[in-house]
Amino acid sequence: MTREKTTNAVEVRGLVKHFGETKAVDGIDLDVREGTVMGVLGPNGAGKTTLVRMLSTLLQPDGGTAKVAGFDVVRQPRELRRTIGLTGQYASVDEKLAGWENLYMIGRLLDLSRTDARKRADELLERFSLTEAARRPVMKYSGGMRRRLDLAASMIGRPKVLYLDEPTTGLDPRTRNEVWDEVKNIVADGNTVLLTTQYMEEAEQLAGELTVIDRGRIIAEGRVPELKAKVGGRTLEIRPADPGELTRMVGAIAQAGLDGVAGAAADEESGIVSVPIVSDEQLTAVVALLGERGFAISDIATHLPSLDEVFLALTGQKATHQDDENEHEEVAA
Amino acid sequence: MSTATVKAPGSEKAPSGSAPGTSPAPGKPGTAEGRIGLRANLRHIGALVRRNALQIKQDPESMMDALLMPIIFTLLFVYVFGGAIGGDGGSGSRDQYIQYLIPGMMGMMGMSIAMAVGTGINEDFRKGVMDRFRAMPIARSSVLIAKSVVEIGRMLVAVTVLLTVGFLVGFEIDGHWLGMLAAIGLTALFGASLLWIFILLGLTMNTAQAVQGVSFLVLMPLQFGSSVFVPTGTMPGWLKAFTDVNPLTHLADAARGLMLGQGEVANPVMWTVIWSVGLTLLTAPIAIAKFRKKT
Repeated sequence: MTREKTTNAVEVRGLVKHFGETKAVDGIDLDVREGTVMGVLGPNGAGKTTLVRMLSTLLQPDGGTAKVAGFDVVRQPRELRRTIGLTGQYASVDEKLAGWENLYMIGRLLDLSRTDARKRADELLERFSLTEAARRPVMKYSGGMRRRLDLAASMIGRPKVLYLDEPTTGLDPRTRNEVWDEVKNIVADGNTVLLTTQYMEEAEQLAGELTVIDRGRIIAEGRVPELKAKVGGRTLEIRPADPGELTRMVGAIAQAGLDGVAGAAADEESGIVSVPIVSDEQLTAVVALLGERGFAISDIATHLPSLDEVFLALTGQKATHQDDENEHEEVAA
Repeated sequence: MSTATVKAPGSEKAPSGSAPGTSPAPGKPGTAEGRIGLRANLRHIGALVRRNALQIKQDPESMMDALLMPIIFTLLFVYVFGGAIGGDGGSGSRDQYIQYLIPGMMGMMGMSIAMAVGTGINEDFRKGVMDRFRAMPIARSSVLIAKSVVEIGRMLVAVTVLLTVGFLVGFEIDGHWLGMLAAIGLTALFGASLLWIFILLGLTMNTAQAVQGVSFLVLMPLQFGSSVFVPTGTMPGWLKAFTDVNPLTHLADAARGLMLGQGEVANPVMWTVIWSVGLTLLTAPIAIAKFRKKT
């Protein structure tokens, strides 16, 4: 390697892609430093997949430039393809083939020798805990196994940049955690990752930096803690053992005048009191207060703001949930 | 595709066309050659052929058309029409018809098998497998070529079954084995050229069902408006004008000439080759370009 140390693995300048009247990507700038994870957060139809498809040479940009590992997406597509790994809703494995056969095939397509392709397939199946399912056709895999195989498939060529396009969309929470763990391992190995997601929680779990996009434009960017501070922390949810105590609990929290704690509210329907908090101290204070006052609590949880709440906080308006239209444009071509 | 004002020149060029020689990749000496060598290309095609073959192994039903169609059509035509078409209604006319029908149906096998390729390509796109291939450092055409290789293999299976059934019901080639091999080769050549048309259809239509529907509409008039099942002598002039140029007529006549040792050979063989080469030259570049650009 003769290049300077702090290069950007991905460099995007003013990238544009239109589908007819729809501006799927409308002037995006993006830098992903080597060895970091960049999260691209946005609702359906925000242009995430279109962006990833342009960065993997599957779509021609209508304007702007993009370089991955120093290669231009338009002028050096084949060199670029050697340096990337792609996992996502639109880059899948062959359902009819066994997991091992999929990996072996990809190894051969990446110019590994027969022996090396075999070894690499075995090795990656082992690493992603799929050895037992190696000979089973992928259509018999569970959702989580499939995503793990997808990940393994994109790792065969030891890519310099890995694109994860909504890696956990449609998975149940347990399987999602499983996939997250695998992604974290990949990140720990020093890989550069571009992750797109609809979930704030996923972005927080996996990405160091975030770019929030909507309607093909960037509406916010920064490190995850910075953005979180902007958005305003978490919501604490408490379920009193006796639903009749909902209002009394809200009253107690309001009257205690804890530092910075305001806006506690009761939801009769779900039987939950929710309190916005921005720090662990506030969380402790609220729980301690309820304990002192002798409230019986049956459940307690905190959750991150949803994508909708993030958008509301960042832009002052609701996220535009467009139809999947422009992300499915390929069908209509 | 949109009416792109793409910034860089030559952005849509073929893999063999954009100029990696002029700009060696920065910072990645040694491994960064963009051009894909012939040996690598063959290796990629091999890996993809293996994929398509494994698909068949996993899903044996996909071979049903190649195995059953020749049996069903042969039995149907021989025993339903065979006696009547000869004229005197005896079993002698049936035997005559077998001699006429079996060589004629070889081209029909090629065509019917070729039809399946469109739906397969279409499915690969919808399921996202194509995107993975197209984001890999392989010549994009190798995906299509591998598919064609497997389909030609399926055609040969169908033709083999057809000839076997034919021999069982009394087809005789009177020692014209070389002629038979030549007829099989000609069928494969013609079938290969048809593949590109159906690949093009598969790339153009939105759903696999639509591909199948349109393919069927193309198929029927071509098969029946030819000399495959009956001689064209009794057909009205306008239809005969069609059957006389129909490549299936040429292929059927060529196969008869080659395998039975009677009738014209050179002329129909020549026209079959001209049709096959012409169709390939016309449709393959369009199909490959479309495949490359499909978004």
